[in-house]
Amino acid sequence: MSHHVVEARGLGYVYPDGTPALADVSFRITHGEAVAVVGANGAGKSTLLLQLAGCLLPSSGEVRIGEVPVTAQTVARIRRSAGLVFQDPDDQLFMPTVAEDVAFGPLNAGLPPEEVERRVAGALERVGMSRIKDRPPYKLSAGEKRAAALATVLAMEPDVLVMDEPSSHLDPRGRRRLIEWLVSFAHTRIMATHDLELALEVCSRVIVMEGGAVVADGPIRDVLNDEKGMLAHGLERPHSLRHAHPH
Amino acid sequence: MNAGHWLEVDRLEELARLEAPAQRVDARVKAVVTLVFVVCVMSYSRYQVSALMPFFLYPIAMLARGRIPAGYLFRKILMAAPFALAVAVFNPFFDRAPMAALGPVTISGGWLSFASVMLRFLLTVGAALILVACTGMHRLCAGLESLGMPRVFAVQLLFLHRYLFVVAEEGGRMTRSLEMRGARLRALPGRVYGSLLGHLLMRALARADRVYRAMVARGFDGEIRLLRPTSLRGSDWGFLLGWTAFFVAARIWNLADLLGGLLSGGVS
Repeated sequence: MSHHVVEARGLGYVYPDGTPALADVSFRITHGEAVAVVGANGAGKSTLLLQLAGCLLPSSGEVRIGEVPVTAQTVARIRRSAGLVFQDPDDQLFMPTVAEDVAFGPLNAGLPPEEVERRVAGALERVGMSRIKDRPPYKLSAGEKRAAALATVLAMEPDVLVMDEPSSHLDPRGRRRLIEWLVSFAHTRIMATHDLELALEVCSRVIVMEGGAVVADGPIRDVLNDEKGMLAHGLERPHSLRHAHPH
Repeated sequence: MNAGHWLEVDRLEELARLEAPAQRVDARVKAVVTLVFVVCVMSYSRYQVSALMPFFLYPIAMLARGRIPAGYLFRKILMAAPFALAVAVFNPFFDRAPMAALGPVTISGGWLSFASVMLRFLLTVGAALILVACTGMHRLCAGLESLGMPRVFAVQLLFLHRYLFVVAEEGGRMTRSLEMRGARLRALPGRVYGSLLGHLLMRALARADRVYRAMVARGFDGEIRLLRPTSLRGSDWGFLLGWTAFFVAARIWNLADLLGGLLSGGVS
């Protein structure tokens, strides 16, 4: 199942206005892995995610999703296999009702109506949002919006889930539910987050970014436990690791 | 936390989701009927007032059959009223030739044409708003596209509508933050206004960009697709033929005068 492999090789990106955002980023994420991308504000996390979802094209180096390089020619295919969950659900939900919003992607993929209906029902069921399917997205609570946004992406049945700050704006119960979903998904999962406790529960690996470059990449417990390293990159050693007792 | 409320733009979309007879009519049929309506109303001469009266039947019927509150619609029409006023307001001053008499009061041509412009404005803008209110922008654009409107225009229209929400939301947030810091929108110095508007534009652009990205990320390629593609039913054909026939009849014969003639026993 090489579909689910995500790879960056010497990836660099400069925004059209000349702002450099990524420099020589390389990593390989394999099938079913859950990886957290952490770093201070402005470290390049969001730009990296846009690259991985085929929303931006590299200025230098390359990104490969399922062994296919992301180029202007392959980008439509890439977008079908990588689902991007935006930081602000309001950016993601733009249709008159939740159900129509969830149907938007499958319809664009040209699926027959029965299959679209099945996917919409399935995705909403998966995030426990079947009851709000006929409501307009802007009337939902933050937690419902997050769930609906997740459903819009799940309905496309992507191989790779790319998420920007999945736990922002969520109350503790909503966050807990999100963690349970993220753990249960079989997709390759890549999430940019400041919620290090969530990263510890969901991910086995972490990539630390600073100034558009990867400064650490390894097993999450080892990297986040390095107090000095964490402080140097504008982060903190998570609370739960500080008080963990060795067994 | 929807700041779009102060423009009530979302209200039209909410109305479009009601399960009412007017909402169930096919979008294409409603678009064609509205077009015929507008063409008929606009084709009258500038002094015509009485012949316009029968055309009020259509908006009134649609308001009733679509459960659209008349007060809300009227407020929306008022927002566009300054444009029509600007066109018509000088007519009474320049055109003082007496044209009709209402008892002892003589009415000049200018006042007649003023009334005619305002009535036609009320009818056409009302009909267009009703079309959106009982169809919804998404369905309407898809309908227009399948009627042969070039896709670029249909998508532009859809985005323009979506952009309205975006600007309204951003604007609402900015006004709230101003108010929280004790400023009043009306009492701001010009310099602050300039900066505020500039910010609004930049923020709205950035947000529109993110929304577009989200659409593209889910495979949007410029074609508007609907979950339930509509097909024309018998009632749709009835709606189309019935109203078109009525508009054409009202255009050919002055129904108001005919009715008046009938009621007064043909004496006048």
